[in-house]
Amino acid sequence: MSEKKTIQEVENEIVEEFGLFDSWDDKYEYIIDLGKKLPDLPDMYKIDENKVRGCQSTVWLIADYKDGKVYFSAESDAVIVKGLISLLIRVLSGRTADEIIEAPLNFIQQIGMTTHLAQTRSNGLRAMVKQMKNYALALKIKYSNNGTGYEHRGVERKGN
Amino acid sequence: MRDTITIPAKLDVQAIRQQFPILSRVVKGRPLIYFDNAATSQKPQRVIDALVHYYTHYNANIHRGIHTLAEEATAAYEQTRDAVQQFINASSREEILFTRGTTEGINLVAQTWGRQNVKAGDEVIVSGMEHHSNIVPWQVLCEEKGASLKVIPVNENGELVLEEFEKLLTKKTKIVSIVHVSNALGTVNPVKYIIEKAHQVGALVVVDGAQSSVHLDIDVQELDCDFFAFSSHKLYGPTGVGVLYGKKHLLETMPVFQGGGEMIKEVTFRKTTYNDLPYKYEAGTPNIADTIAFKAALEFVNETGKAKIRDHENELLAYATEKLEEIKGLRIIGKAKEKTSLVSFVVENAHPQDIGILLDNRGIAVRTGHHCAQPLMDLFCIPGTVRASFAAYNTTEEIDELVIGLERAIKLLNK
Repeated sequence: MSEKKTIQEVENEIVEEFGLFDSWDDKYEYIIDLGKKLPDLPDMYKIDENKVRGCQSTVWLIADYKDGKVYFSAESDAVIVKGLISLLIRVLSGRTADEIIEAPLNFIQQIGMTTHLAQTRSNGLRAMVKQMKNYALALKIKYSNNGTGYEHRGVERKGN
Repeated sequence: MRDTITIPAKLDVQAIRQQFPILSRVVKGRPLIYFDNAATSQKPQRVIDALVHYYTHYNANIHRGIHTLAEEATAAYEQTRDAVQQFINASSREEILFTRGTTEGINLVAQTWGRQNVKAGDEVIVSGMEHHSNIVPWQVLCEEKGASLKVIPVNENGELVLEEFEKLLTKKTKIVSIVHVSNALGTVNPVKYIIEKAHQVGALVVVDGAQSSVHLDIDVQELDCDFFAFSSHKLYGPTGVGVLYGKKHLLETMPVFQGGGEMIKEVTFRKTTYNDLPYKYEAGTPNIADTIAFKAALEFVNETGKAKIRDHENELLAYATEKLEEIKGLRIIGKAKEKTSLVSFVVENAHPQDIGILLDNRGIAVRTGHHCAQPLMDLFCIPGTVRASFAAYNTTEEIDELVIGLERAIKLLNK
Protein backbone atom coordinates (compact mmCIF):
# COMPACT_ATOMS: atom_id res chain seq x y z
CA MET A 1 0.00 0.00 0.00
CA SER A 2 1.38 3.37 -0.94
CA GLU A 3 1.89 6.08 1.66
CA LYS A 4 -1.04 8.40 2.14
CA LYS A 5 -0.49 11.75 0.47
CA THR A 6 0.28 14.70 2.71
CA ILE A 7 -2.23 17.50 3.18
CA GLN A 8 -0.01 19.70 1.02
CA GLU A 9 0.06 17.12 -1.75
CA VAL A 10 -3.71 16.78 -1.76
CA GLU A 11 -4.11 20.56 -1.76
CA ASN A 12 -1.73 20.81 -4.74
CA GLU A 13 -3.70 18.13 -6.53
CA ILE A 14 -6.94 20.08 -6.10
CA VAL A 15 -5.31 23.31 -7.28
CA GLU A 16 -4.09 21.48 -10.37
CA GLU A 17 -7.53 20.06 -11.08
CA PHE A 18 -9.12 23.48 -10.87
CA GLY A 19 -6.39 24.87 -13.13
CA LEU A 20 -7.88 22.82 -15.95
CA PHE A 21 -11.06 24.87 -16.02
CA ASP A 22 -11.31 27.90 -18.27
CA SER A 23 -14.42 29.43 -16.81
CA TRP A 24 -16.14 29.95 -13.51
CA ASP A 25 -19.11 28.02 -14.82
CA ASP A 26 -16.88 24.98 -15.28
CA LYS A 27 -15.45 25.35 -11.77
CA TYR A 28 -18.91 25.46 -10.28
CA GLU A 29 -20.06 22.60 -12.44
CA TYR A 30 -17.23 20.52 -10.98
CA ILE A 31 -18.05 21.58 -7.40
CA ILE A 32 -21.72 20.76 -7.97
CA ASP A 33 -20.69 17.37 -9.29
CA LEU A 34 -18.54 16.74 -6.21
CA GLY A 35 -21.45 17.77 -4.03
CA LYS A 36 -23.76 15.30 -5.69
CA LYS A 37 -21.25 12.50 -5.26
CA LEU A 38 -20.75 13.07 -1.54
CA PRO A 39 -22.61 10.29 0.26
CA ASP A 40 -25.58 11.40 2.35
CA LEU A 41 -25.44 11.19 6.11
CA PRO A 42 -27.89 8.78 7.70
CA ASP A 43 -30.92 10.73 8.94
CA MET A 44 -30.15 9.91 12.58
CA TYR A 45 -27.15 12.26 12.44
CA LYS A 46 -29.11 15.13 10.98
CA ILE A 47 -29.87 16.70 14.33
CA ASP A 48 -29.38 20.17 15.72
CA GLU A 49 -26.29 19.22 17.71
CA ASN A 50 -24.45 18.28 14.53
CA LYS A 51 -25.36 21.46 12.67
CA VAL A 52 -22.61 23.88 11.76
CA ARG A 53 -23.61 27.33 12.98
CA GLY A 54 -23.15 30.27 10.69
CA CYS A 55 -24.23 28.74 7.43
CA GLN A 56 -27.16 29.96 5.38
CA SER A 57 -27.77 26.43 4.23
CA THR A 58 -28.04 23.61 6.71
CA VAL A 59 -24.78 21.76 7.19
CA TRP A 60 -24.39 18.71 9.40
CA LEU A 61 -20.87 17.64 10.27
CA ILE A 62 -19.72 14.69 12.36
CA ALA A 63 -16.28 13.41 13.31
CA ASP A 64 -15.04 9.92 14.13
CA TYR A 65 -11.82 9.05 15.85
CA LYS A 66 -9.99 5.86 14.91
CA ASP A 67 -6.39 4.82 15.31
CA GLY A 68 -5.37 8.33 16.25
CA LYS A 69 -6.98 9.84 13.20
CA VAL A 70 -10.05 11.97 12.67
CA TYR A 71 -12.61 11.08 10.03
CA PHE A 72 -15.26 13.51 8.88
CA SER A 73 -18.65 12.97 7.33
CA ALA A 74 -20.97 15.79 6.37
CA GLU A 75 -24.00 16.78 4.40
CA SER A 76 -25.78 19.94 3.35
CA ASP A 77 -29.08 20.77 1.71
CA ALA A 78 -27.23 23.08 -0.69
CA VAL A 79 -25.18 21.34 -3.32
CA ILE A 80 -22.38 23.90 -3.82
CA VAL A 81 -21.72 23.89 -0.10
CA LYS A 82 -21.73 20.10 -0.26
CA GLY A 83 -19.11 20.23 -3.00
CA LEU A 84 -16.93 22.53 -0.92
CA ILE A 85 -17.31 20.20 2.08
CA SER A 86 -16.33 17.32 -0.12
CA LEU A 87 -13.05 19.12 -0.91
CA LEU A 88 -12.43 19.81 2.78
CA ILE A 89 -13.09 16.18 3.63
CA ARG A 90 -10.71 15.06 0.91
CA VAL A 91 -7.97 17.22 2.42
CA LEU A 92 -8.63 16.79 6.13
CA SER A 93 -10.30 13.44 6.74
CA GLY A 94 -8.10 10.61 7.98
CA ARG A 95 -5.45 12.93 9.41
CA THR A 96 -4.15 13.30 12.90
CA ALA A 97 -5.70 16.03 15.02
CA ASP A 98 -2.48 18.07 14.85
CA GLU A 99 -2.35 17.88 11.07
CA ILE A 100 -5.93 19.14 10.88
CA ILE A 101 -5.41 21.94 13.38
CA GLU A 102 -2.30 23.14 11.56
CA ALA A 103 -3.55 22.73 7.98
CA PRO A 104 -3.18 26.10 6.21
CA LEU A 105 -5.81 25.27 3.58
CA ASN A 106 -4.33 27.68 1.06
CA PHE A 107 -6.03 25.77 -1.73
CA ILE A 108 -9.34 27.52 -1.02
CA GLN A 109 -7.78 30.81 -2.05
CA GLN A 110 -5.81 29.25 -4.89
CA ILE A 111 -8.89 27.80 -6.55
CA GLY A 112 -10.63 31.17 -6.26
CA MET A 113 -13.13 30.22 -3.59
CA THR A 114 -12.08 32.94 -1.16
CA THR A 115 -15.48 34.59 -1.52
CA HIS A 116 -16.87 31.59 0.31
CA LEU A 117 -14.60 32.36 3.24
CA ALA A 118 -15.95 35.88 3.52
CA GLN A 119 -17.24 37.09 6.84
CA THR A 120 -20.79 37.02 5.60
CA ARG A 121 -22.95 34.45 7.21
CA SER A 122 -24.20 33.38 3.84
CA ASN A 123 -21.66 30.80 2.77
CA GLY A 124 -20.26 29.32 5.88
CA LEU A 125 -17.12 27.68 4.52
CA ARG A 126 -15.25 29.49 7.25
CA ALA A 127 -17.64 28.06 9.82
CA MET A 128 -17.08 24.57 8.45
CA VAL A 129 -13.29 24.86 8.57
CA LYS A 130 -13.53 26.17 12.11
CA GLN A 131 -15.85 23.36 13.13
CA MET A 132 -13.54 20.70 11.66
CA LYS A 133 -10.57 22.15 13.51
CA ASN A 134 -12.60 22.36 16.71
CA TYR A 135 -13.56 18.70 16.41
CA ALA A 136 -9.91 17.79 15.89
CA LEU A 137 -8.86 19.80 18.93
CA ALA A 138 -11.63 18.35 21.10
CA LEU A 139 -10.79 14.79 20.07
CA LYS A 140 -7.11 15.39 20.63
CA ILE A 141 -7.75 16.51 24.19
CA LYS A 142 -10.25 13.75 24.82
CA TYR A 143 -7.97 10.93 23.70
CA SER A 144 -4.57 12.37 24.53
CA ASN A 145 -4.28 9.87 27.39
CA ASN A 146 -5.42 6.87 25.40
CA GLY A 147 -2.59 6.71 22.90
CA THR A 148 -3.31 6.31 19.21
CA GLY A 149 -4.03 2.61 18.99
CA TYR A 150 -7.20 2.66 20.97
CA GLU A 151 -10.25 2.49 18.78
CA HIS A 152 -13.08 4.87 19.31
CA ARG A 153 -15.63 4.92 16.57
CA GLY A 154 -18.67 7.05 16.67
CA VAL A 155 -17.80 8.73 19.92
CA GLU A 156 -18.36 12.21 18.57
CA ARG A 157 -21.32 11.15 16.54
CA LYS A 158 -24.38 12.55 18.07
CA GLY A 159 -27.46 10.83 16.84
CA ASN A 160 -30.45 8.86 17.98
CA MET B 1 -63.17 68.31 -31.08
CA ARG B 2 -60.43 65.81 -30.55
CA ASP B 3 -60.13 64.05 -27.22
CA THR B 4 -56.93 64.81 -25.45
CA ILE B 5 -55.29 62.06 -23.56
CA THR B 6 -52.65 62.98 -21.06
CA ILE B 7 -49.94 60.42 -21.03
CA PRO B 8 -47.82 60.81 -17.92
CA ALA B 9 -44.17 61.17 -18.73
CA LYS B 10 -42.34 57.90 -18.20
CA LEU B 11 -39.27 57.56 -16.12
CA ASP B 12 -36.10 58.09 -18.13
CA VAL B 13 -34.27 55.07 -16.72
CA GLN B 14 -31.06 55.73 -18.59
CA ALA B 15 -30.88 59.23 -17.16
CA ILE B 16 -31.47 57.78 -13.70
CA ARG B 17 -28.79 55.14 -14.18
CA GLN B 18 -26.26 57.80 -15.03
CA GLN B 19 -26.71 59.28 -11.59
CA PHE B 20 -25.57 56.04 -9.92
CA PRO B 21 -21.83 55.56 -10.44
CA ILE B 22 -21.80 52.06 -8.95
CA LEU B 23 -23.96 50.78 -11.81
CA SER B 24 -20.99 51.00 -14.16
CA ARG B 25 -19.16 48.37 -12.13
CA VAL B 26 -18.20 45.09 -13.68
CA VAL B 27 -18.69 42.04 -11.47
CA LYS B 28 -17.31 38.63 -12.45
CA GLY B 29 -16.65 39.96 -15.93
CA ARG B 30 -20.16 41.28 -16.51
CA PRO B 31 -21.95 44.57 -15.91
CA LEU B 32 -23.39 44.57 -12.39
CA ILE B 33 -27.10 43.81 -12.16
CA TYR B 34 -28.21 44.94 -8.73
CA PHE B 35 -31.42 43.32 -7.56
CA ASP B 36 -30.81 43.53 -3.81
CA ASN B 37 -32.52 46.86 -3.32
CA ALA B 38 -34.76 45.71 -0.49
CA ALA B 39 -31.58 45.11 1.52
CA THR B 40 -30.09 48.46 0.61
CA SER B 41 -30.38 50.67 -2.42
CA GLN B 42 -27.47 52.19 -4.31
CA LYS B 43 -26.66 55.87 -3.88
CA PRO B 44 -26.90 58.61 -6.49
CA GLN B 45 -23.88 60.84 -7.10
CA ARG B 46 -25.48 63.76 -5.28
CA VAL B 47 -25.60 61.75 -2.03
CA ILE B 48 -21.94 60.81 -2.38
CA ASP B 49 -21.14 64.45 -3.21
CA ALA B 50 -23.01 65.68 -0.15
CA LEU B 51 -20.90 63.41 2.07
CA VAL B 52 -17.65 64.53 0.46
CA HIS B 53 -18.71 68.17 0.57
CA TYR B 54 -19.53 67.98 4.26
CA TYR B 55 -16.20 66.46 5.21
CA THR B 56 -14.31 68.73 2.84
CA HIS B 57 -15.95 72.02 3.78
CA TYR B 58 -17.86 72.16 7.03
CA ASN B 59 -17.28 69.13 9.24
CA ALA B 60 -18.08 70.24 12.79
CA ASN B 61 -20.02 69.06 15.78
CA ILE B 62 -23.50 70.44 15.77
CA HIS B 63 -25.84 72.46 17.98
CA ARG B 64 -23.71 74.21 20.59
CA GLY B 65 -20.78 75.40 18.52
CA ILE B 66 -20.56 79.14 17.97
CA HIS B 67 -18.14 79.03 15.07
CA THR B 68 -19.03 79.20 11.40
CA LEU B 69 -18.49 75.53 10.61
CA ALA B 70 -20.66 74.41 13.51
CA GLU B 71 -23.41 76.76 12.40
CA GLU B 72 -23.27 75.48 8.83
CA ALA B 73 -23.27 71.85 9.92
CA THR B 74 -26.15 72.44 12.33
CA ALA B 75 -28.17 74.20 9.67
CA ALA B 76 -27.61 71.41 7.15
CA TYR B 77 -28.44 68.72 9.72
CA GLU B 78 -31.67 70.44 10.72
CA GLN B 79 -32.60 70.98 7.08
CA THR B 80 -32.72 67.21 6.69
CA ARG B 81 -35.20 67.10 9.55
CA ASP B 82 -37.39 69.57 7.69
CA ALA B 83 -37.06 67.56 4.49
CA VAL B 84 -38.08 64.38 6.33
CA GLN B 85 -41.03 66.17 7.92
CA GLN B 86 -42.27 67.09 4.46
CA PHE B 87 -41.47 63.67 3.03
CA ILE B 88 -43.84 61.92 5.45
CA ASN B 89 -46.09 64.93 6.05
CA ALA B 90 -45.58 65.08 9.81
CA SER B 91 -47.32 67.98 11.48
CA SER B 92 -44.19 69.31 13.14
CA ARG B 93 -40.43 68.95 12.94
CA GLU B 94 -40.29 68.00 16.62
CA GLU B 95 -41.92 64.72 15.69
CA ILE B 96 -38.91 63.66 13.61
CA LEU B 97 -36.25 61.81 15.59
CA PHE B 98 -33.03 60.68 13.96
CA THR B 99 -31.95 57.14 14.80
CA ARG B 100 -29.45 54.65 13.43
CA GLY B 101 -32.16 52.95 11.44
CA THR B 102 -35.56 51.30 11.55
CA THR B 103 -34.42 48.74 14.10
CA GLU B 104 -33.33 51.40 16.56
CA GLY B 105 -36.58 53.27 16.02
CA ILE B 106 -38.67 50.24 16.96
CA ASN B 107 -36.43 49.49 19.94
CA LEU B 108 -36.80 53.09 21.05
CA VAL B 109 -40.58 52.81 21.18
CA ALA B 110 -40.45 49.43 22.95
CA GLN B 111 -37.97 50.66 25.53
CA THR B 112 -39.65 54.00 26.24
CA TRP B 113 -43.39 54.04 25.64
CA GLY B 114 -43.49 50.26 25.97
CA ARG B 115 -41.70 50.07 29.30
CA GLN B 116 -43.78 52.90 30.67
CA ASN B 117 -47.16 51.60 29.58
CA VAL B 118 -47.13 47.85 29.03
CA LYS B 119 -47.95 45.92 32.19
CA ALA B 120 -48.28 42.27 33.18
CA GLY B 121 -51.19 40.64 31.38
CA ASP B 122 -51.17 43.21 28.56
CA GLU B 123 -50.78 42.21 24.93
CA VAL B 124 -48.65 43.35 22.02
CA ILE B 125 -49.69 42.40 18.49
CA VAL B 126 -47.31 41.85 15.59
CA SER B 127 -47.87 39.85 12.41
CA GLY B 128 -46.54 36.61 10.99
CA MET B 129 -44.61 38.48 8.31
CA GLU B 130 -42.48 40.67 10.54
CA HIS B 131 -38.77 41.19 10.17
CA HIS B 132 -36.91 40.00 13.27
CA SER B 133 -36.42 43.70 14.09
CA ASN B 134 -40.12 43.99 14.72
CA ILE B 135 -40.38 40.78 16.74
CA VAL B 136 -37.43 40.68 19.10
CA PRO B 137 -37.81 44.18 20.68
CA TRP B 138 -41.39 43.26 21.62
CA GLN B 139 -40.42 39.83 22.90
CA VAL B 140 -37.85 41.48 25.14
CA LEU B 141 -40.46 43.91 26.42
CA CYS B 142 -43.12 41.24 26.94
CA GLU B 143 -40.68 39.04 28.80
CA GLU B 144 -39.69 41.89 31.09
CA LYS B 145 -43.27 42.92 31.81
CA GLY B 146 -45.05 39.59 31.81
CA ALA B 147 -47.07 40.67 28.79
CA SER B 148 -47.79 38.43 25.83
CA LEU B 149 -47.09 38.70 22.14
CA LYS B 150 -49.94 37.93 19.75
CA VAL B 151 -49.40 37.21 16.08
CA ILE B 152 -51.69 38.07 13.16
CA PRO B 153 -51.70 35.02 10.87
CA VAL B 154 -50.67 35.16 7.21
CA ASN B 155 -52.52 33.31 4.44
CA GLU B 156 -51.02 31.29 1.58
CA ASN B 157 -50.88 34.34 -0.68
CA GLY B 158 -48.78 36.13 1.88
CA GLU B 159 -51.54 38.45 3.09
CA LEU B 160 -52.64 39.19 6.64
CA VAL B 161 -55.79 37.46 7.80
CA LEU B 162 -57.62 40.57 8.97
CA GLU B 163 -60.56 38.75 10.57
CA GLU B 164 -58.09 37.06 12.88
CA PHE B 165 -56.47 40.40 13.64
CA GLU B 166 -59.79 41.79 14.74
CA LYS B 167 -60.29 38.81 17.02
CA LEU B 168 -56.91 39.45 18.62
CA LEU B 169 -57.77 43.06 19.43
CA THR B 170 -59.01 43.45 22.98
CA LYS B 171 -58.84 45.89 25.83
CA LYS B 172 -55.58 44.18 26.79
CA THR B 173 -53.93 45.24 23.51
CA LYS B 174 -51.48 48.04 24.21
CA ILE B 175 -49.46 48.16 21.01
CA VAL B 176 -49.87 46.89 17.47
CA SER B 177 -46.53 46.93 15.66
CA ILE B 178 -46.93 46.11 12.02
CA VAL B 179 -44.81 46.03 8.91
CA HIS B 180 -46.11 48.29 6.14
CA VAL B 181 -44.49 46.29 3.33
CA SER B 182 -43.06 42.82 3.88
CA ASN B 183 -39.34 42.62 3.13
CA ALA B 184 -39.61 38.94 2.28
CA LEU B 185 -42.79 38.93 0.18
CA GLY B 186 -43.41 42.49 -0.95
CA THR B 187 -46.96 42.43 0.45
CA VAL B 188 -48.41 45.87 1.13
CA ASN B 189 -50.43 45.66 4.33
CA PRO B 190 -53.61 47.70 4.89
CA VAL B 191 -52.04 49.70 7.71
CA LYS B 192 -54.64 52.46 7.66
CA TYR B 193 -57.34 49.95 8.42
CA ILE B 194 -55.22 48.27 11.09
CA ILE B 195 -54.54 51.63 12.74
CA GLU B 196 -58.21 52.52 12.76
CA LYS B 197 -59.17 49.20 14.36
CA ALA B 198 -56.36 49.31 16.91
CA HIS B 199 -57.27 52.85 17.96
CA GLN B 200 -60.82 51.69 18.61
CA VAL B 201 -59.55 49.56 21.51
CA GLY B 202 -57.15 52.26 22.66
CA ALA B 203 -53.96 50.60 21.37
CA LEU B 204 -51.10 52.49 19.77
CA VAL B 205 -49.72 51.54 16.37
CA VAL B 206 -46.08 51.40 15.32
CA VAL B 207 -45.53 51.09 11.57
CA ASP B 208 -42.32 49.50 10.32
CA GLY B 209 -41.81 51.52 7.16
CA ALA B 210 -38.37 50.18 6.24
CA GLN B 211 -39.61 48.82 2.92
CA SER B 212 -42.56 51.08 2.26
CA SER B 213 -41.00 54.53 2.55
CA VAL B 214 -39.10 54.19 -0.73
CA HIS B 215 -42.08 52.95 -2.77
CA LEU B 216 -45.28 54.37 -1.31
CA ASP B 217 -46.40 57.89 -0.54
CA ILE B 218 -46.24 58.24 3.21
CA ASP B 219 -48.55 60.61 5.03
CA VAL B 220 -48.34 59.93 8.74
CA GLN B 221 -51.20 62.31 9.50
CA GLU B 222 -53.51 60.60 7.06
CA LEU B 223 -52.45 57.17 8.33
CA ASP B 224 -52.86 58.42 11.89
CA CYS B 225 -50.12 56.04 13.02
CA ASP B 226 -48.56 56.77 16.40
CA PHE B 227 -45.04 55.87 15.33
CA PHE B 228 -43.45 55.31 11.95
CA ALA B 229 -39.89 54.02 11.62
CA PHE B 230 -37.75 53.87 8.49
CA SER B 231 -34.16 53.90 7.25
CA SER B 232 -32.25 56.19 4.94
CA HIS B 233 -30.20 53.48 3.28
CA LYS B 234 -33.16 51.75 1.66
CA LEU B 235 -34.19 55.12 0.30
CA TYR B 236 -31.08 55.92 -1.80
CA GLY B 237 -29.47 57.55 1.24
CA PRO B 238 -26.47 56.65 3.39
CA THR B 239 -26.39 53.80 5.91
CA GLY B 240 -26.51 54.50 9.63
CA VAL B 241 -29.37 57.00 9.60
CA GLY B 242 -32.97 56.29 10.34
CA VAL B 243 -36.05 58.20 11.28
CA LEU B 244 -38.58 57.62 13.97
CA TYR B 245 -41.72 59.66 13.63
CA GLY B 246 -43.81 59.87 16.78
CA LYS B 247 -46.90 61.89 17.65
CA LYS B 248 -45.81 64.91 19.61
CA HIS B 249 -48.00 64.34 22.66
CA LEU B 250 -46.53 60.83 23.01
CA LEU B 251 -42.95 61.95 22.58
CA GLU B 252 -43.47 64.65 25.19
CA THR B 253 -44.52 62.24 27.91
CA MET B 254 -42.39 59.22 27.09
CA PRO B 255 -39.29 58.56 29.20
CA VAL B 256 -35.90 59.10 27.58
CA PHE B 257 -34.21 56.34 25.59
CA GLN B 258 -30.52 56.97 26.11
CA GLY B 259 -28.79 59.46 28.35
CA GLY B 260 -25.86 61.64 27.39
CA GLY B 261 -24.94 64.86 25.68
CA GLU B 262 -27.38 66.71 23.39
CA MET B 263 -30.44 65.33 25.14
CA ILE B 264 -30.13 67.39 28.32
CA LYS B 265 -31.08 70.88 29.39
CA GLU B 266 -29.35 70.98 32.72
CA VAL B 267 -27.32 68.38 34.58
CA THR B 268 -26.50 68.31 38.26
CA PHE B 269 -25.64 65.23 40.26
CA ARG B 270 -28.99 65.61 41.94
CA LYS B 271 -31.19 65.88 38.89
CA THR B 272 -31.08 66.25 35.13
CA THR B 273 -33.69 68.07 33.13
CA TYR B 274 -34.12 66.95 29.57
CA ASN B 275 -33.93 68.88 26.39
CA ASP B 276 -36.93 69.76 24.22
CA LEU B 277 -38.17 67.59 21.39
CA PRO B 278 -36.72 66.14 19.28
CA TYR B 279 -33.33 66.41 21.03
CA LYS B 280 -34.56 64.64 24.14
CA TYR B 281 -34.23 61.39 22.18
CA GLU B 282 -30.96 62.16 20.41
CA ALA B 283 -28.22 61.50 22.95
CA GLY B 284 -24.61 61.94 21.92
CA THR B 285 -23.09 63.28 18.74
CA PRO B 286 -25.37 62.05 15.98
CA ASN B 287 -24.42 60.73 12.56
CA ILE B 288 -24.05 64.23 11.16
CA ALA B 289 -22.57 63.53 7.73
CA ASP B 290 -24.96 60.76 6.75
CA THR B 291 -27.96 62.66 8.05
CA ILE B 292 -27.00 65.69 5.97
CA ALA B 293 -26.49 63.52 2.88
CA PHE B 294 -29.86 61.83 3.45
CA LYS B 295 -31.47 65.11 2.36
CA ALA B 296 -29.84 64.71 -1.06
CA ALA B 297 -31.44 61.25 -1.32
CA LEU B 298 -34.88 62.66 -0.50
CA GLU B 299 -34.34 65.37 -3.11
CA PHE B 300 -33.46 62.70 -5.65
CA VAL B 301 -36.74 60.88 -4.94
CA ASN B 302 -38.79 64.08 -4.91
CA GLU B 303 -37.29 65.46 -8.11
CA THR B 304 -37.59 62.15 -9.94
CA GLY B 305 -41.12 61.75 -8.66
CA LYS B 306 -42.21 58.92 -6.40
CA ALA B 307 -45.26 58.16 -8.55
CA LYS B 308 -43.12 57.95 -11.66
CA ILE B 309 -40.64 55.66 -9.92
CA ARG B 310 -43.52 53.55 -8.64
CA ASP B 311 -45.02 53.17 -12.12
CA HIS B 312 -41.68 52.04 -13.44
CA GLU B 313 -41.15 49.61 -10.57
CA ASN B 314 -44.64 48.19 -11.01
CA GLU B 315 -43.84 47.54 -14.66
CA LEU B 316 -40.69 45.72 -13.60
CA LEU B 317 -42.65 43.70 -11.06
CA ALA B 318 -45.25 42.66 -13.62
CA TYR B 319 -42.59 41.81 -16.19
CA ALA B 320 -40.48 39.83 -13.72
CA THR B 321 -43.50 37.95 -12.36
CA GLU B 322 -44.57 36.96 -15.86
CA LYS B 323 -41.09 35.88 -16.99
CA LEU B 324 -40.22 34.03 -13.80
CA GLU B 325 -43.49 32.11 -13.77
CA GLU B 326 -42.52 30.68 -17.15
CA ILE B 327 -39.54 28.93 -15.58
CA LYS B 328 -40.29 25.30 -14.90
CA GLY B 329 -40.19 24.35 -11.22
CA LEU B 330 -40.12 27.97 -10.04
CA ARG B 331 -42.68 29.01 -7.46
CA ILE B 332 -43.24 32.61 -6.41
CA ILE B 333 -43.71 33.01 -2.67
CA GLY B 334 -46.04 35.87 -1.87
CA LYS B 335 -48.83 36.57 -4.30
CA ALA B 336 -50.60 39.36 -2.52
CA LYS B 337 -52.89 41.55 -4.58
CA GLU B 338 -50.94 44.59 -3.53
CA LYS B 339 -47.19 44.27 -3.74
CA THR B 340 -44.14 46.45 -4.12
CA SER B 341 -41.43 45.66 -6.66
CA LEU B 342 -40.04 42.51 -5.16
CA VAL B 343 -40.21 38.87 -6.20
CA SER B 344 -39.40 36.10 -3.76
CA PHE B 345 -39.22 32.58 -5.14
CA VAL B 346 -38.05 29.03 -4.69
CA VAL B 347 -37.01 26.53 -7.35
CA GLU B 348 -37.64 22.83 -7.17
CA ASN B 349 -34.46 20.81 -6.48
CA ALA B 350 -32.32 23.92 -6.12
CA HIS B 351 -31.32 25.49 -2.82
CA PRO B 352 -31.69 29.29 -2.76
CA GLN B 353 -28.06 29.61 -1.75
CA ASP B 354 -26.86 27.63 -4.75
CA ILE B 355 -28.92 29.84 -7.04
CA GLY B 356 -27.54 32.95 -5.37
CA ILE B 357 -23.93 31.81 -5.81
CA LEU B 358 -24.47 30.95 -9.47
CA LEU B 359 -26.25 34.25 -10.18
CA ASP B 360 -23.45 36.17 -8.48
CA ASN B 361 -21.11 34.32 -10.80
CA ARG B 362 -22.89 36.20 -13.61
CA GLY B 363 -22.72 39.56 -11.87
CA ILE B 364 -26.31 39.42 -10.64
CA ALA B 365 -26.86 40.43 -7.01
CA VAL B 366 -29.91 38.90 -5.36
CA ARG B 367 -30.57 38.03 -1.74
CA THR B 368 -31.05 34.48 -0.57
CA GLY B 369 -32.06 33.05 2.77
CA HIS B 370 -34.76 33.65 5.31
CA HIS B 371 -34.63 37.46 4.98
CA CYS B 372 -34.65 37.82 8.77
CA ALA B 373 -38.20 36.50 8.76
CA GLN B 374 -37.77 32.93 9.95
CA PRO B 375 -41.33 32.52 11.30
CA LEU B 376 -42.64 33.44 7.84
CA MET B 377 -40.37 30.91 6.11
CA ASP B 378 -41.60 28.25 8.55
CA LEU B 379 -45.15 29.09 7.54
CA PHE B 380 -44.36 28.34 3.91
CA CYS B 381 -42.27 25.30 4.95
CA ILE B 382 -39.19 26.54 3.12
CA PRO B 383 -35.65 27.25 4.37
CA GLY B 384 -35.59 30.52 2.50
CA THR B 385 -36.14 32.11 -0.87
CA VAL B 386 -34.29 33.88 -3.63
CA ARG B 387 -35.37 37.50 -3.61
CA ALA B 388 -35.00 39.95 -6.48
CA SER B 389 -36.03 43.48 -5.53
CA PHE B 390 -36.16 46.33 -7.98
CA ALA B 391 -35.41 50.05 -7.81
CA ALA B 392 -35.76 53.07 -10.05
CA TYR B 393 -32.57 52.25 -11.98
CA ASN B 394 -33.43 48.65 -12.90
CA THR B 395 -34.53 47.66 -16.39
CA THR B 396 -36.48 44.90 -18.11
CA GLU B 397 -33.27 43.95 -19.93
CA GLU B 398 -31.72 43.20 -16.56
CA ILE B 399 -34.69 40.99 -15.73
CA ASP B 400 -34.08 39.12 -18.99
CA GLU B 401 -30.51 38.54 -17.82
CA LEU B 402 -31.84 37.26 -14.49
CA VAL B 403 -34.05 34.78 -16.32
CA ILE B 404 -31.13 33.58 -18.45
CA GLY B 405 -28.95 33.28 -15.37
CA LEU B 406 -31.64 31.36 -13.54
CA GLU B 407 -32.19 28.96 -16.38
CA ARG B 408 -28.48 28.25 -16.57
CA ALA B 409 -28.21 27.80 -12.81
CA ILE B 410 -31.13 25.39 -12.73
CA LYS B 411 -29.66 23.42 -15.62
CA LEU B 412 -26.29 23.22 -13.89
CA LEU B 413 -27.81 22.18 -10.58
CA ASN B 414 -29.93 19.48 -12.17
CA LYS B 415 -27.36 17.99 -14.51
